Amino acid sequence: MSAILPPSELIWWKTPIGKEEIIWIVLALTWCMIMFAMMPIWHIYGKQNLSNEAYKTTPVQYEAKVTAMVEQHTIRTQSVGGVNVPVVAPPAGSDVYMLGRLWSWYPMLEFKKGESYRLHLSSLDWQHGFSLQPININLQVVPEYEMVITITPDTSGEFTIVCNEYCGILHHTMLGKIYVTE
Amino acid sequence: MSEEKEERVPAMQRLLDNHFLLLFIGVTMPTVFYILWGVMEIVSIPIAK
Amino acid sequence: MSKYRICPDTGLYFDRSGEGLMKANAVAGAVALLVGGILALLVGLTRWPAIHYLGASDFYMVLTAHGINALIFWLIFFEIAILYFASSTLLRCRLATPRWAWAGFALMLIGAVMTNVAIFQGNSSVMMTSYAPMEAAPHFYLGMILFAVGALIGCFVFLGTLVIAKEEKTYHGSIPLVTFGALTACIIAVFTIASGAIILIPSFLWSVGLIGQIDALMYRVIWWGMGHSSQQLNVAAQVSVWYAVAAIVFGAKPMSEKVSRTAFLLYIFFLQLASAHHILADPGVSSTWKIFNTSYAMYLAVLASMIHGLTVPGSMEVAQRKKGFTNGLFEWLRKAPWGNPVFSGIFLSIITFGFLGGITGVVMGTEQINLIIHNTFYVPGHFHATVVLGTTLTFMALTYFLIPVLFRREIIMPGLAKWQPYLFAGGMTILAIFMMGAGTLGVPRRHWDVGFAQAAEMGLKFEFPGSAEMMLGLVGIGSVIAVIGGALYLVITVGSLLFGKKLEESAGLMQSFGFATLAPSCYTSEKIEPVKGPAADLEEHGSAGFEAPGTFILAMLLLVTFVVYYFINWKYLSSVWPMG
Ligand code: HEM
Ligand SMILES: [Cu+2]
Ligand SMILES: [Cu+2]
Repeated sequence: MSAILPPSELIWWKTPIGKEEIIWIVLALTWCMIMFAMMPIWHIYGKQNLSNEAYKTTPVQYEAKVTAMVEQHTIRTQSVGGVNVPVVAPPAGSDVYMLGRLWSWYPMLEFKKGESYRLHLSSLDWQHGFSLQPININLQVVPEYEMVITITPDTSGEFTIVCNEYCGILHHTMLGKIYVTE
Repeated sequence: MSEEKEERVPAMQRLLDNHFLLLFIGVTMPTVFYILWGVMEIVSIPIAK
Repeated sequence: MSKYRICPDTGLYFDRSGEGLMKANAVAGAVALLVGGILALLVGLTRWPAIHYLGASDFYMVLTAHGINALIFWLIFFEIAILYFASSTLLRCRLATPRWAWAGFALMLIGAVMTNVAIFQGNSSVMMTSYAPMEAAPHFYLGMILFAVGALIGCFVFLGTLVIAKEEKTYHGSIPLVTFGALTACIIAVFTIASGAIILIPSFLWSVGLIGQIDALMYRVIWWGMGHSSQQLNVAAQVSVWYAVAAIVFGAKPMSEKVSRTAFLLYIFFLQLASAHHILADPGVSSTWKIFNTSYAMYLAVLASMIHGLTVPGSMEVAQRKKGFTNGLFEWLRKAPWGNPVFSGIFLSIITFGFLGGITGVVMGTEQINLIIHNTFYVPGHFHATVVLGTTLTFMALTYFLIPVLFRREIIMPGLAKWQPYLFAGGMTILAIFMMGAGTLGVPRRHWDVGFAQAAEMGLKFEFPGSAEMMLGLVGIGSVIAVIGGALYLVITVGSLLFGKKLEESAGLMQSFGFATLAPSCYTSEKIEPVKGPAADLEEHGSAGFEAPGTFILAMLLLVTFVVYYFINWKYLSSVWPMG
């Protein structure tokens, strides 16, 4: 009789289904399959995907890699609150390491437009959110895990990394920089 | 009406009326596909050199 | 056997002990909503750049408490009440083990208070997600665990009641569709709570020093098994209430038991997989896992939601057409009881949940599209359209039915009650849309200062476009309107409980809101005579062979919106830096 009463027929499975329901189910199911197909298709033809490359690491080990890169490829420094933060310009195609920690992204990077870089991301303490602005690419940065993506900046200028995972009391001060030159 | 009672209840309807089987399926599906598979993926992440 | 009463207005059955439990859970939920709502105002005013009300540490503390009280305590208390209603009342059965049910309620209450105490002591501003390795005070986790155990007891009481009803043959054939929906919610709840136990118990042990560390990625995956599934539990509960209200207000029958129940079955199978929505931007989990899980195994649970989206309003349309509102496509809707908050709340919820919450949820749950949305303000924008416009508004609407029927009080200020759903839905719609808008521009969630004043002092400058600030202002305005709407709800409901005229034998208010009276004779412990379905005579009321042509048009509108918005987002994604 009604949705709050037991069905009036003992066998309701065989009751015929209305026309609009059938049409709607067919349409909706088709749409669902299209949406499902879009994800693998984008992996093949699309340009924005995650590589799935990742490693288990430790803060000490990861920091060492960052330091090694900084020592080799720093081109200048930029003062942030009285501290000189290195700006690093690694060669195109190379492995680039950036870390998140309370409450900064380190180091700053300088890329060449149109070149690809293997960008590694990890955290030394809590979780952070890598949010590249104003491009708007957002990645989760998890301690003890090292994520690798190959990134190809195709616009030049100054870009900011906002932390968009809550990481404690100074979360809203956590910014980093990526510069892209022509 | 009386013959409808004698008619066998279709299998799908019996499934839908079997609440504890549904409970079992509803807990097993996500446990296997989401939790167990997910945890396996995490533990098989290679160690950084 | 006078352990129950039959509601004289509706013929609904209330087991005495079940009734007390329903009341207690619903009231506890309302208290949590009150707390969550006050905190919502503080949060909303702080994220409004022109006001920026709270300081940073208060903001993070208040935001933690807002999320937990509104999302977890309010909704789950209320859902336990719904489970008891859907089992004991709808099956005309005594509630199983009322003592255990009270024990569960007590645990939930103690847990809720304990977690709140932990948060307001100030050392647990970890957000509701409490992502390891960020640590909260031990009683933060302990409170959550007690709450979950209490809720689990509630689920078992529900299941036990189903068993008793079957054994004592209080119904004949299959359980009502609404009870089946509640069963779906209960099943999802069991998985939710199990995941919660797997992750919160170790977290508690870790916070007291018994475990060395918690793996952050493992924590995320398992925590979201709880965190997201509990949202799916909300969806199942809310859709059940939609069906119930269609039956209560219009006397509507489901268009097809088979279709609606199969849709719930798809929920049981697949809905919970979508916990993967939160892991899409995470390292190390493969795309295969992400695609399979985030799409609920090929979007079959989305299919189910789209089906409910058609069949709930469709059943209302069929019922209205039978009453003679057959002109054109939409007379049935124009002549619907828009002044009855039970109906208007539900209908607003169906529309906003579908167009705002549902579509955006699927879009941002797409593996790659998530890259431009993850952790931005878009995310809370989306879920205020689901858990607030969807679930909360639905539960509010249901309350206007429960006050006279369950609590036997007349609703005070019916004139204001008419407007409450519109006010709340209006404010919340503004809030949700502009949160999503700001998120599209990259504005982060859970963020005290998107002007970055402190960073600028240190020499790091960044500004979002001016339009982002404007949208945040509109979020603030939406917040204020929604909070007024929410406050009105609490004033009316609590006021009615305290000061509303007691309804004893009298009918009255039910009719004044325009409820169809239900025939009490529908329930008997004797066998119900199998009635032939009325399907055959329905077609005359529709047009072109459609029983519900108006609803079908609305559904097509949803589909077109969905397709357009989906591809707009792919377009946007294709414009960001290539990566792989
Ligand atoms: C009454 C009006 C409400 C207003 C004005 C409001 C406003 C807000 C705002 C501005 C945020 C902040 C987002 C951020 O900074 O990231 C937020 C977060 C949130 N709200 Fe609401 N909200 C309301 C009601 C609700 C309700 C009823 C629920 C649940 C059913 C809810 C659940 C949440 C959750 C879960 C969060 C996220 C907390 C977190 O990020 O940990 N809200 N709300
Ligand atoms: Cu951070
Ligand atoms: Cu942060």
